[in-house]
Order: sequence, then structure tokens, then C-alpha cells
Amino acid sequence: MADFNVQMHEDNQVSIINLQGYLDAHTAPELENIFTRLIDSKKYKVVVNFEKLNYISSAGLGVFMAYVETMRDNKGDIKFASMTPKVFNIFDLLGFPLLYEFYNDENEAVQKFSEKSQH
Amino acid sequence: MSKSNLKIEKELRVKSTTENLGQIRDFTKSVAAQSGFSEESVDKIALAVDEACTNIIKHAYKYSPEGDIVINIKVADNKLTVSITDFGLDFDPTLVPVPDIKKYYQQHKIGGLGIYLIKKLMDEVKYNPAVDNKNQVVLIKYLN
Repeated sequence: MADFNVQMHEDNQVSIINLQGYLDAHTAPELENIFTRLIDSKKYKVVVNFEKLNYISSAGLGVFMAYVETMRDNKGDIKFASMTPKVFNIFDLLGFPLLYEFYNDENEAVQKFSEKSQH
Repeated sequence: MSKSNLKIEKELRVKSTTENLGQIRDFTKSVAAQSGFSEESVDKIALAVDEACTNIIKHAYKYSPEGDIVINIKVADNKLTVSITDFGLDFDPTLVPVPDIKKYYQQHKIGGLGIYLIKKLMDEVKYNPAVDNKNQVVLIKYLN
């Protein structure tokens, strides 16, 4: 059965979301809850670590589409890190690289937030 | 790869709940893998079937978990055909326009991505409108 796990921690005022398992229409609401909580607590700088994510469907992609603008409107962003080629291909098919920043590792993505003010 | 004489037919019937998406993907993957598709193609087919079933749960059954979804996979003549049947509201996914990701973002739209993915992942997508209260989406992938 599709198992999914999402964990969060902070590094240098950036919220890091670690995804694990299968992100589909069944599990996407768990990730939506995380983003809702972040916005409620005014945390707009987010890095999503995909290292342990095996699978994503459009329901998962839709979550990032739904929340990225709120983050950017508040001087934050959603940046992606450590994606496997298999998962990246799905983002790529939908043209996400035009709109989102992808990094090879989490630290690199976190550091980008301190380099310059966002949007 | 000479799998041209291989003939397989398998069917799965599940209730219309997102809880069953994992089972739907596992079923699809096992049939596609037996048919000689590469791991990459197996993953693509499973994602396309997940997207089609997610659409049925959302649009045909409006998230009611009582509906039935029947997934029939046939493999013959170097061709894998997935026929997905539901008994809910009529919904033609092939009519959904291909989205422009930038416009999507500007318009805050988050739906329709699934159908776009299905079209990208499979070689052919057909829709058979309701006959006897049945709707059917047919997804085809060629072995080559």
C-alpha cells in the first residue's frame, strides 16, 4: 500500500520538509496540512527535500502550485532539493523548471535564501 | 525484444477511494512488467493509470467511495491497452486542453495537470462516452 511520511525541521530560519514514500491523491492532503501550518505561523521560506520520495502524481505537484505564490508574496519561496531523476522527470514533463528552483542538495537550497532577498 | 506473441489479460475491480491508488499502481506495474516493458515505461504506465483513476474518483464519483472502478489490461501484438471503466458521471478527459504551465501559475489553477500527464506518458488516449451508464478511458502504450 502507498505509504507516505512527511517530517519538518528548521535550519537558519528556513523550514525544511522531508518527504518519503508515495505522494499521490491519497497522501497529498498531509502535505497540504504542513503548508497550511507554515502559512499560519508566517514561515514562508521552504525547502522540500525529495531524497526519499519514490513517487509523485499530479495531486502532489498541485500542492506546490497551490502554495508557492503565498510564499513568494511574503518574501519567501518553495525550493526543491535532492530529487531523484525519476521524480524530476515528472516535474520536468509539466514544465516546473521554468517556475521553481531545483538544487542538488538541501544545504545549497537553504543557503540560497540568505544570498539575496527573494522576488 | 520479440514479445509479439505474448498475450496477457488481467482485471482489477476496486472501490472509488484514493486509498486504493497504491493497489491500482501495484497491479498495473506487475502486468506491465510481465509484458516486457522497461522499468521506466512501467513507471510511466502506472502513473498514467493512477492519474486516470484519480480523475474518476474526483469527477465521476465526486469522492464517493461507493463507486466501482474496473481496470482491464490487455497485452497483445506489442501493444498494452488499459481500459478503465466507471459507472459514475460522464467526464471526457480528452477534452481538457493542454495547459500552459506559466498561465496556470498566473491563473492559480491547479487542476487538469493529471490529464496533461496522461497524454504525455501514454502513446494514445481515447474516451468512450457513457453507454449503459458506463464511461471508459482507454490508454495505449506500444512495446518497442
